Amino acid sequence: MKIPYYPGCTLNTVAKGFDVSARESARALGFEMEELGQWNCCGASFPLSPDNLMGLTAPAKVLASAARMGDAVTTLCSVCYNVLKRTNKALRDDGEKRSVVTGFIEEEYDGSTEVIHFLEVLRDRVGFDRVRESVKRPLGGIRAAAYYGCMLLRPAGEVGIDRHEGPTIMEDLLSVLGCEPVDFPNKIECCGAHLAMTRTDVVERLSGNVLESAVDCGAEVVVTSCPLCQYNLEKSQAKVAERRAGYRHVPVVYFTQLLGIALGQSDEMAGLGENRWDVRPLLEAKGV
Amino acid sequence: MARIGVFICQCGNNIESTVDTKSVSEEMEKVPGVVFSCNYKFMCSSPGQEMLKEAIKKHKLDGVVVSACSPHMHEKTFRKACESAGLNPYRCEIANIREQCSWVHHDKTKKTGTVKSNDLTRMTIERLKRNRPLKKINIPVNKRALVIGGGIAGIQAALDIAEGGREVILVEKEPSIGGNMARLSETFPTMDCSQCILTPKMVEAELHERIKIYTYSEVEGLDGYIGNFTVRIRKKAKYVDEELCTGCGECIEKCPFKASSEFELGLNKRKVIYTPFPQAVPNIPVIDAPNCTMIQKGKCGVCAKVCGPKAIDFEQTDEIVEEKVGAVVVATGYELMPNERFGEYGYGRIKDVINGLQFERLASSSGPTGGEIRRPSDGKVPESVVFIQCVGSRDEAKGVSYCSKICCMYTAKHTMLYKHKVHEGQAYVFYMDIRAGGKRYEEFTRRAIEDEGAMYLRGRVSRVYERGGKVVVQGADTLSASQVEIEADMVVLATAIVSRTGADTLAQRLGIGYDRYRFYNEYHPKLRPVETVNAGIYLAGACVGPMDIPESVSMGSAAASKVLALFSADEMAREPIVAGVDKTRCNACWDCLVACPYSAIEKEEVKNRQGETVRWNARVNEGVCQGCGVCVAACRSKVIDLAGYTDEQVYAAISAF
Repeated sequence: MKIPYYPGCTLNTVAKGFDVSARESARALGFEMEELGQWNCCGASFPLSPDNLMGLTAPAKVLASAARMGDAVTTLCSVCYNVLKRTNKALRDDGEKRSVVTGFIEEEYDGSTEVIHFLEVLRDRVGFDRVRESVKRPLGGIRAAAYYGCMLLRPAGEVGIDRHEGPTIMEDLLSVLGCEPVDFPNKIECCGAHLAMTRTDVVERLSGNVLESAVDCGAEVVVTSCPLCQYNLEKSQAKVAERRAGYRHVPVVYFTQLLGIALGQSDEMAGLGENRWDVRPLLEAKGV
Repeated sequence: MARIGVFICQCGNNIESTVDTKSVSEEMEKVPGVVFSCNYKFMCSSPGQEMLKEAIKKHKLDGVVVSACSPHMHEKTFRKACESAGLNPYRCEIANIREQCSWVHHDKTKKTGTVKSNDLTRMTIERLKRNRPLKKINIPVNKRALVIGGGIAGIQAALDIAEGGREVILVEKEPSIGGNMARLSETFPTMDCSQCILTPKMVEAELHERIKIYTYSEVEGLDGYIGNFTVRIRKKAKYVDEELCTGCGECIEKCPFKASSEFELGLNKRKVIYTPFPQAVPNIPVIDAPNCTMIQKGKCGVCAKVCGPKAIDFEQTDEIVEEKVGAVVVATGYELMPNERFGEYGYGRIKDVINGLQFERLASSSGPTGGEIRRPSDGKVPESVVFIQCVGSRDEAKGVSYCSKICCMYTAKHTMLYKHKVHEGQAYVFYMDIRAGGKRYEEFTRRAIEDEGAMYLRGRVSRVYERGGKVVVQGADTLSASQVEIEADMVVLATAIVSRTGADTLAQRLGIGYDRYRFYNEYHPKLRPVETVNAGIYLAGACVGPMDIPESVSMGSAAASKVLALFSADEMAREPIVAGVDKTRCNACWDCLVACPYSAIEKEEVKNRQGETVRWNARVNEGVCQGCGVCVAACRSKVIDLAGYTDEQVYAAISAF
């Protein structure tokens, strides 16, 4: 099985481990993520005003390029997923928008390509049972908090890899890998997102809440699928440590990193050295 | 030659503004068979009717066409007028030139409307010419009523019918009558104790000589038609002989096993042999068979050993009884939407998140805490309680689109009950709007806010979760445009009121309509609110839609008065617009029987002199037929006709177009 794959900018630069661990995991599970021949930035945010069609052109180019390679395209980054999925729906459902946008990018595209997140590929096309069979190094019951953030789930009806108020897809994967998933109340709260550039105080508060609630519920590691969430959660830990005595930093990793380790990848391949708070001592302590 | 009179109504300006009624009148005079024609401002007024009567006498009319509003409005009025002038009422026909003409056309030159009115009236004239005089159908009436559902609406209906001198059969699914009202602690807006006002009615129903109560029973099927129904009732096995049992309660006391109490909504346990609550009517326990070790495994039998009158019977089985009744009142009530659907509010996951009915039980002196407000997780008295309104109501995306109507009131009541019992406690209410329409209702919610210190926050809650033994509620206060987070000890959800599970099945058994939420449809939502499309079946209470106690009681009484009116004569007259089969040509294919939505078509045997069956044909039961015409369309041999709308009449009308 080959599946067209759109990495997005971040995975080519600061989140390389996310990209490599996923591709290698795919190989171990018997399919290939085939990178789009030509791709550009997705725009990194879906335009909030309905008549801003310019914001749809960049993702539309990506989708048109994907359509030439297959009937579906997968991504890893939550933001890319959100933007592509919503653009695709807009182009599919609204003929007027479609004709303006495709006219502008001078490419034909009708919205028929399916945008699926890598987690959905694992659940629906590979199957978690198959993943379970392929696990070489079970993760020793690490208490892992699956942090979804907003982009994988909302707005309901447009995106949504799972129930938007009570998702479990990531927990289901983590338990297959031998982790002990930790449910925590803030798992679908916002991390502060782009405000990292203008209002760091807001990000520190929101991401701090996520971290504290995860840690309070017993998490030893926080798992995400979004480079921006990952960045914000790592960055905010200093502030949390300031406001909370005895706070111990918690590693924030991509789900594919844990997947990769469980499937037998090396630490380098899984990009464990890229994380600001190292997860390796924890893995060691659990005997992985 | 026919002698037809045509009367064109202006309906003030309703018709006249887009129809030139004078010209229509003149045009109709030219139609062969029309001997009189006129227009008038309000045909339905007394002078209008007088004019009609005089014209019938003066011109010796043998048929009347009134071009006016929909026949739903005034067909009866005009037919009555005709009858009093000596004409067969079914020789009066209505041409609808208001709803189907003047209201939908906006041509101020009146051209479109006038031409169409001409057509409609002419068609009706041609139909009328071929109209046979019809006679009302008289059918006998069995003067006993069935009431389905023993909540407050059903009890009220049963009592009123019984007081009116007629026998009533009251069927209740649970082991006791009382319904949801029996669960409530106090009632808005007067704050009188629910049990105190309900139990006397329950006892009155039990002791009434003309009321027969079947508890722990369900309606399995209904056959027949208005005045002549046969109902099949399944009496579920109670494993207790109702004749022998004295209600001493010894068996309940000695039963060693417990199960979750349905009446207490899981807040408490009950014995496996139980009455749902102390004031149960009848005060006869039932055995919860799936949880009884004697019935399941043949071990125990303690209840049978201690029972003095030997009333316990483990061999008992369900029993089907048949009763003949003339009318049915459906009062099956409501239930709350399963809150599990709202994961973000933590119901079912967080113990201290409960629903409104559970709070009623906590506040009730007969409830699991004896009336003290204690939270379910650890029995602690909550220092603060958050009430969330509109959980599922007015929520097209996740719940139902309608307003559950009583939650604003009962939530205000809950805050007061809480304040009265926990003086230091603080109640918070998240609401969308406060809808307190009703006598002394607005004053009641104001009292909760202004005098009883409930903190009302206008906004929605996004999330409820546990933190350190507290329940944290995150929400928005839209009036101050701020986000709020409240650490509460307990959360109460005002969950949407929904129809009973199985409401659709029952509706299908009874042949009555229901909406997309499985609430039962009234015949007319304003003017015939307790009747259904199936004549003889009436509605009462929250099976129609969310409603409070006063409304349910009013509806119960209204349904009872309809039943008593039906029972006031030995026979009842029905409209003769029914289908009829030409039996000589029917080839018994039974397509009509399958098509009929009212089960009005029966198979009829034709026998020869020797008593041998020679053939079959379809027969229309005129008591059941609603004159919808579906069988007419379904009949392949074209042998069914609808009185007043025969093929001949309809073709004549079309030809006149």
